[in-house]
Amino acid sequence: MTATIEPEVGRARARKEDARLITGRTRWTDNMTLPGLLHLATVRSPIAHANIGRIDTDVARRMPGVLAVYTGADLDAEQGTMPVAAPVNADATVPRHAPAAVDKVRFAGDVVAIVVARDAATARDAVDAVDVDYDDLPVVLDMEAALEDGAPLVHPELGTNKWAFFAFDSAEAGTGGNSDEAIRAAEADPDSIVLKRRFRQQRLIPAFMEPRSVVVDPTGDQVTIWSATQVPHILKTMAALTLGLPEQKVRVIAPDVGGGFGGKLQVTREEMLTILAAKRLNRPVKWTESRSESLLAAHHGRDQIQDMTIAAKKDGTVTALKVQLMADMGAYFGLFTPAVPTFGAFMFNAIYKFPAYRFELTDVFTNKTFTDAYRGAGRPEATFAIERMMDELAAELGTDPLQLREKNWIKHEEFPFTTVAGLTYDSGNYEAATARALELFDYEGLRREQTERRERRDPIQLGIGISTFTEMCGLAPSRVLGQLGVGAGGWEHASIRMLATGKVEVVTGTSPHGQGHETAWSQIVADRLGVPFEDVEVLHGDTQVAPKGLDTYGSRSLAVGGIAVVKAADKVIDKARKVAAHLLEAAEDDLEFSGGRFAVKGTDKGVTIQEVAFATFTAHDFPEGVEPSIDADYTFDPENFSFPHGTHLCAAEVDTETGRVKIRQYVCVDDIGAVVNPLLVEGQVHGGLAQGIAQALFEEATYDDSGTLTTGTFVDYLLPSAADLPSYTTDRTETRATTNPLGVKGVGEAGTIASTPAVVNAVVDAVRHLGVNDIEMPCSPMRVWSAIKSAGGAQ
Amino acid sequence: MRITVTVDGTEYSDEVEPRTLLVHYLRETLGKVGTVIGCDTSNCGACTVHLNGHSVKSCSMLAVQADGCEITTIEGLARDGQLHPVQQAFHDNHALQCGFCTPGMIMQSIDLLADNPNPDEKAVREGLEGNLCRCTGYQNIVRAVRDAADHMRPGAGPEAERMSEDVRAPSAIGGE
Repeated sequence: MTATIEPEVGRARARKEDARLITGRTRWTDNMTLPGLLHLATVRSPIAHANIGRIDTDVARRMPGVLAVYTGADLDAEQGTMPVAAPVNADATVPRHAPAAVDKVRFAGDVVAIVVARDAATARDAVDAVDVDYDDLPVVLDMEAALEDGAPLVHPELGTNKWAFFAFDSAEAGTGGNSDEAIRAAEADPDSIVLKRRFRQQRLIPAFMEPRSVVVDPTGDQVTIWSATQVPHILKTMAALTLGLPEQKVRVIAPDVGGGFGGKLQVTREEMLTILAAKRLNRPVKWTESRSESLLAAHHGRDQIQDMTIAAKKDGTVTALKVQLMADMGAYFGLFTPAVPTFGAFMFNAIYKFPAYRFELTDVFTNKTFTDAYRGAGRPEATFAIERMMDELAAELGTDPLQLREKNWIKHEEFPFTTVAGLTYDSGNYEAATARALELFDYEGLRREQTERRERRDPIQLGIGISTFTEMCGLAPSRVLGQLGVGAGGWEHASIRMLATGKVEVVTGTSPHGQGHETAWSQIVADRLGVPFEDVEVLHGDTQVAPKGLDTYGSRSLAVGGIAVVKAADKVIDKARKVAAHLLEAAEDDLEFSGGRFAVKGTDKGVTIQEVAFATFTAHDFPEGVEPSIDADYTFDPENFSFPHGTHLCAAEVDTETGRVKIRQYVCVDDIGAVVNPLLVEGQVHGGLAQGIAQALFEEATYDDSGTLTTGTFVDYLLPSAADLPSYTTDRTETRATTNPLGVKGVGEAGTIASTPAVVNAVVDAVRHLGVNDIEMPCSPMRVWSAIKSAGGAQ
Repeated sequence: MRITVTVDGTEYSDEVEPRTLLVHYLRETLGKVGTVIGCDTSNCGACTVHLNGHSVKSCSMLAVQADGCEITTIEGLARDGQLHPVQQAFHDNHALQCGFCTPGMIMQSIDLLADNPNPDEKAVREGLEGNLCRCTGYQNIVRAVRDAADHMRPGAGPEAERMSEDVRAPSAIGGE
């Protein structure tokens, strides 16, 4: 008897996670209270660069309810230095990043002291009573200025603000030709063109909705840390290494976590300081940041200058690409700061068959908040630059930007394809995704309207923007991370426990913070083991419950963690088969497993996996020499990255009199391989699009000349609201990944990576006939209007 | 100062510091931690609750201003194990991911639907302008609000009636 049950994988299941979230029965870190809980607040430097003089803490210490005030110097013997998991060059010096600054502050927001008090309000009052003398030093904020001789040095011991130089050259790597030579040849060839452009990736702030929060309970020599983090497992190891705690005495719990987007892919100064305070006072301590504190001191993202050179034949065949990148590190390194721009190195060639490629990266220190991963981390920057370049090249050549792309992209029959950057793309079908996007978009109709508006000099002009992107995700093969100098592997772990009552516990080392893993992993296990979706419980985010894992980032959870779940389930079935064979008095080979039941082939004899689980629990009648457990675990290390791709088309109206941009239509067709839950996928795409559009049109973290963040609240940092964003038309094509048994690729970052260039290309396309060929992001009304004005093309 | 408030159907009487914000009173004194704090400039709306049936951002109000008022938080919406239609619609339409903005988003959506029982897309987007979400891109939130509107139309069932009596109590302060 094999019941036909609708497979769970592929079903648009509403989420298991929602019940507590829609009723307010949530477990945010800031909700946590413990007996005797104290509250920590930070004293931060308002000056971007200064020697720290006298710190007067007397008044603050004497305030009722204040238990302690510690300066950086007070903590220095214990506070260590913040970890960097990703040096680029083994011989490069990593400057010290102390949790609390000791002699010098290097950005406005550096912690100089902490206050611990009986309640949060008292702690904040006491912060205001700490008096710090600063001896101002000249600031350096601009990357190019930072590289000039005589520039103020952020870390004088390095002797320069230029931290490292990293280059990839396809000729040296043996993956392609010599880019410099090909560019020179094109310059000398009348049938070729060489195009140079400089793009600026403005500084962004991840701005997860839940501000960061940490609670530390030091009981005996055990330290329990609740933190609003994406990376509880990494935090456990890094807290131990940074502060010299025995790792086996550290437990980290990431309860409900309110978004991350890379912003919580960090081991934070504040986590270290809260641990130190809790240990010193031997009381539980909580730190929760305000939004202003979060915007100021949680890491920022992007902030690059991209000098692009592309050479092509006049028929549109690209012959070489050269990228010279400057990346602003800010004042210090966070966990992956220098890895972010390096990661992008492998993505500038995108979906194209460029024969020669050179990438040069200069990492620069400035007196600003340090940068690190923000949704896409390296790949949105690369994708923006190349997709903008393809539009610019098409304009220069007078050809259709889609046709230019098609001429250069990898054809579907050419997969697997090893790119000029040395990655092997396992699968893809750019033709199919593009064809579907065109169907949904009415490309020809919009081009006609564009021509009409231009002809009648309509104040509202229409532009069409294209982005045919790919990305590398599913972080990552451990071997490759090792070659890149990352301090950890990229495997992921899962274990499955078969309970006596037939229910199933799935333990995952991934750490969701909005993605819906509880639902998706339940669907995978329900199918694999043939148990009801409702009977599967997914456990995560507590290093005592899920002792092994590498957490959630880089669109890795399904493509790596999900595969670990599949493999663990397969091991459960293998173990259960032995027990079933014994119970059924049959040979293992005579059993077939389907729909949750082992059946003896050709008979109606069978036993369900739940019955096997119970028989294993009692172990009364068990095969000789077999361990009485059908639980299993698996650690999966992927053999390759996965490579989602897609075609995004944006139609934007630009009011040439005011510079205002309105997205009229946004169509995207993503190919993320097989899909476990289309509802979750759609949600990830929507949210990704919103963040990518936000970079194109709204958001930018700015500093004044003194190094003060001028976008320090949500009044100034323009997170788009529902009224600012359009509806999106989303669809999918499906080319399965060939490197994992589910055929999945990952979707967490796709929307963000693809959408920014699609929007900016549309804006530029709308006003190109007025003499505009670039507009810096964010394309605010002022910037768009100014670009039109300075091109002299106002109508 | 002593205040007396009714929160999610229970009356409380407490001494509060005059400077205490309503949201801090709800979270720290009453343990109503379903209502959350997402910013310090009243931009994000995560802390939205109903005060005498109208939505307010509880971070931009002092606890003492709520003296004598009736407050409904996200925790008081579901009755007898039955979700409010807007809660149900958020679940059905995948209108939340991390869920941090969700309490405020739901409370504001209910207020919006009380003012305009059949809003078009534009009206929903404008009505939720004061509530920020970083995860969903808003599309499914808009869909959820319109879906809830369909389920709450007059004659659509007992949920609709329940909402009108619970949520639109006569206004003492706040609202338009």
